[in-house]
Amino acid sequence: MLIARGLEKTYRSGERTLTVLRDVDLEIDEGDFVAILGPSGSGKTTLLGLLAGLDTPSRGSVAIDGTDLAPLTEDERARFRRDNVGFVFQSFQLLPSLTALENVQVPLELRGDRNVSARAAALLERVGLSGRLDHYPTQLSGGEQQRVALARAFVHEPRILFADEPTGNLDAATGEGIIALMEELNRERGTTLVLVTHDPLLAGRARRTIRLADGKIVADSAAA
Amino acid sequence: MTTRQLLSLAFRESRFARRRLFLFLSAISLGVAALVAVQGFASTMKREMSAQARAMLGADVQLQSRDPFGPRTTEVLESLARGGIDVARVTSFASMARHAENGATRLVQVRAAEPGFPFYGTIETSPAGQWASLQDDRNAVVEPALVVALGAEIGDVIEIGKARFRIIGELHRMPGDIEIASSFAPRVFIPARYVDETELLGYGARVTYEAFLRVPDPELAETIDEGYRPIWRAERVRSRTLQEQQEQIDEALGMLGRYLGLVGVFALLLGGIGVASAMSAYMSRKVDSIAVLRCLGATSREVLALYLLQAGAMGLLGALVGVLAGAVVQWVLPQMLTGLLPVDVPIRVDGPAALTGLVAGMATALAFALLPLLEIRTVSPLRALRRRVEPLIARGHDKLRLGMAIALVVGVVALIVYQAHDVFAGLGVSLGIGITLLALWLAARACTKLLRRAPHAGFPFMFRQSIANLYRPGNQTMTVVVALGFGAFLLATLVLTQANLLRPLTANSETRFNLVLLDVQVDQIEPVRDVLAMHDIEILDSVPLVSMRIAAVKGEPVRRFLEDELVLDGDGSLPEPTQDLEPDEGRPRRWALRREYRSTFRETLTESERLVAGRWWNERNATDGEAPFAVSLEQDIARDLGVTLGDRIDWDIQGVTVPTVVTSIRAVDWARLEPNFFAVFEPDALRDAPQMWVLLARAETAEARTAAQRDVVAQHPNVSVIDLTLVQAALDEVIGRVSLVIRFLAAFSVATGFVVLLGSVATGRLERIRESVLLKTLGATRRQIGAILLGEYALLGLLAVLVGAGLSLAASWALARFLFDVPFEAALGPMLAIAAVIVALSAAIGLSASREVFRTTPMEALREE
Repeated sequence: MLIARGLEKTYRSGERTLTVLRDVDLEIDEGDFVAILGPSGSGKTTLLGLLAGLDTPSRGSVAIDGTDLAPLTEDERARFRRDNVGFVFQSFQLLPSLTALENVQVPLELRGDRNVSARAAALLERVGLSGRLDHYPTQLSGGEQQRVALARAFVHEPRILFADEPTGNLDAATGEGIIALMEELNRERGTTLVLVTHDPLLAGRARRTIRLADGKIVADSAAA
Repeated sequence: MTTRQLLSLAFRESRFARRRLFLFLSAISLGVAALVAVQGFASTMKREMSAQARAMLGADVQLQSRDPFGPRTTEVLESLARGGIDVARVTSFASMARHAENGATRLVQVRAAEPGFPFYGTIETSPAGQWASLQDDRNAVVEPALVVALGAEIGDVIEIGKARFRIIGELHRMPGDIEIASSFAPRVFIPARYVDETELLGYGARVTYEAFLRVPDPELAETIDEGYRPIWRAERVRSRTLQEQQEQIDEALGMLGRYLGLVGVFALLLGGIGVASAMSAYMSRKVDSIAVLRCLGATSREVLALYLLQAGAMGLLGALVGVLAGAVVQWVLPQMLTGLLPVDVPIRVDGPAALTGLVAGMATALAFALLPLLEIRTVSPLRALRRRVEPLIARGHDKLRLGMAIALVVGVVALIVYQAHDVFAGLGVSLGIGITLLALWLAARACTKLLRRAPHAGFPFMFRQSIANLYRPGNQTMTVVVALGFGAFLLATLVLTQANLLRPLTANSETRFNLVLLDVQVDQIEPVRDVLAMHDIEILDSVPLVSMRIAAVKGEPVRRFLEDELVLDGDGSLPEPTQDLEPDEGRPRRWALRREYRSTFRETLTESERLVAGRWWNERNATDGEAPFAVSLEQDIARDLGVTLGDRIDWDIQGVTVPTVVTSIRAVDWARLEPNFFAVFEPDALRDAPQMWVLLARAETAEARTAAQRDVVAQHPNVSVIDLTLVQAALDEVIGRVSLVIRFLAAFSVATGFVVLLGSVATGRLERIRESVLLKTLGATRRQIGAILLGEYALLGLLAVLVGAGLSLAASWALARFLFDVPFEAALGPMLAIAAVIVALSAAIGLSASREVFRTTPMEALREE
């Protein structure tokens, strides 16, 4: 499903070169549920960005479903994401000027799909928000916003979904609900899940955990 | 915190944001530049004209009359001359000048001057010094436009009437000269002693007689003027002294200064709006710094002082830049007005104007910056701990801000009143601005609401996203629409009004006459018609003119009205005719009694008139050719004469009294070029009176026009031909230049509108980047992001144009209807052009200011976490 080879990411700041990620090899199977763990500055977010094709590695390659992301332009990668990748963020990242329903429609509309509102509404119903379709993000609680974000992440039926601390801004009970939802959707649709988290509880729910420190994989439950 | 610490913190804190403060600076610079430019221009011009007043008048006392000076005036002038006072007479009239060899002709203003004229000021000629030789022989000094028109050279001979003059020089500069006037009728100076040889001063000629006096002692000049004024008045001679000339200049230029000053205040006000917008843009980026400062223990007062210091420094810098820019503009303004100004306006930075600009610029910067700055008092230190996605500002009723806003309005009104030098005018202007802004705001609100409510479901996603962006939380859509709309409003109103004013001149230019033949005697009509026919030119209309004065109104002789006043005024001085008060109880205005009337007689009304009272004579035939005859008056002159239907007016035509009764009142569209008249007589009244005819004709080609003029003048030297295409070109030129200047100033307001737009782009920057990054993460291409942004800014520009141009239709309609009294028509072409430019600029500015959005990679959506 996802194959990363020899990933390295360095940043140049004046004379100094800062290596955030070095020599990461990783394979993720279809339908798997992977948690990436590690302390601050260990390179989790950088890795997630590279795997999702948000950023380009300084060295190495990432291929999702047989598509090598390296030679693609930024716009080509955007088109790839719109077809294959979903995202969930810590701070939800809903567009404030759009309603819940409109937010969920965005990935479909970017593709130019027609008659998107029924699909978006169905998914919002699935996440338990059937009564809040026309609400703006500011009118929703944090948990509700993250459920809208989940619906948005799944609406275009991505092969793989990346989540960055999806429960980081939520209280424990609400976060639990979100995780449960993600697991259900993972099962129902066979979507591969990759999430970055601090939360050991959340990590415990994953089938596989990968630990990062100093830009290197130091532990991988699949390898163990 | 000590002041020093505060200052250095203010300096350091601005380190990475000074580029942002540039917006703030440019808003103030624009306003100050306009203020300094117009004020400096007005005061420099005033100073210059005051200094040159004597040269412009050319004398210490000037007398002027439409008739040859009467016996008593002549006597006075002769006795003054004997007493050692220099007197030079100048006789001026319009005539055709004809090149003696090639036969080319051109309507000119002949000025026959006696030696000594002008007593002050230098006349520059080319070749140099030829003015001194003017009196030596049958010489002529002519304006360059005539030399060009006739294809003449220095040394060629021109014919004026029956006389011939040799061109010895071109007139290059004359004090008080308005250069462009020569495009209507170039002037030809000839020695006064040969004027009779032209044989043009007979009956019906429109001649101005002037006498110029040199009185070395200014007090003596006043004494002479006051002493003899009753005599001059009695003989219909107007007099003007140097002092009066100076007062008039001061008054006229004072008014110009006040008007331009208001324009400047206006620009500064717009700059203030730009400042407020730029400041809130700046502050939106500083919220986190403020929260941190507050966490570290800065009081809200200290934080306020910190940013106020930065605003003050920027205000000062902006004002300085503005003063410099203003000096440049002040240099450009006279260039745009080339030929329209009677003096050379030297380029120099006007001290008081520069100082006013600095102070007003600083004050505006601080006052308008304070409004958004006061918001930062509400920034909570908690923000440093927990960054929120929503915009910070908790709006609500803040008494301090409300008070500040009120103080600001009061300050602006006070500034306007001060500039207008008149409380009522100032309040009126303030009210006008207030109403305009309110109307813009209401229209902007209505439009934005409508756009939001309108169903978008059918539109493509990108377009819907563009619209949604206009309503992004913390958006400045209203501010931008109002500010940019204001610029669009000013510009469109100017353009529409200019088009309305010019339309009567150009309308139907395909079908209307373009040649006017003046001073045609009755027995010349047929021969002239034949000459014109040879060039395939048809006479479209012929109008008789009869010169007359009023002898009596309602049985009361005019002389009685005027003598009354001589007694009434006691000291013998009469107010200037223009200072006439409203006629009370039907008492006629003096100027209406004193003036010479050129009237006509005909059977029917023309296209440019309509009856407002009474009946036209072809509907009944009451007089049967018997006195008193029927006369129709134009409505304003009827009011000024204090007469109405059924009142009797006796006219004096060359000593013969013609009694009439007012049988109708007409409204006349004076804007049309057709000959229009205060008084129209039934034909029986004037058929046998001494008369001149005006012929209106149309020639299709410039060659035909030139050839016809040449042949008519060759056979009938007394006939003058006005080529309306030349007049029209000259008018276009004058109006074009004046409106260029006004548009130039209006452009300042548009520029400020764009500063506000930039400010709003900067304010919404973070949100916009966040959104775009998010969209990219979700798979949006750069092209899609670009389309959304383009749509957003084009819509913003479109809203502004709709609001501004929409209101300008109303405003220019009102101007046309109530101020200029011309028919209103919306000039769609120019409006569309303005709209297109503003929308395109708005889109371009928005896009270029959003370059970052394109550059930011989706990775930053994660980094934001």
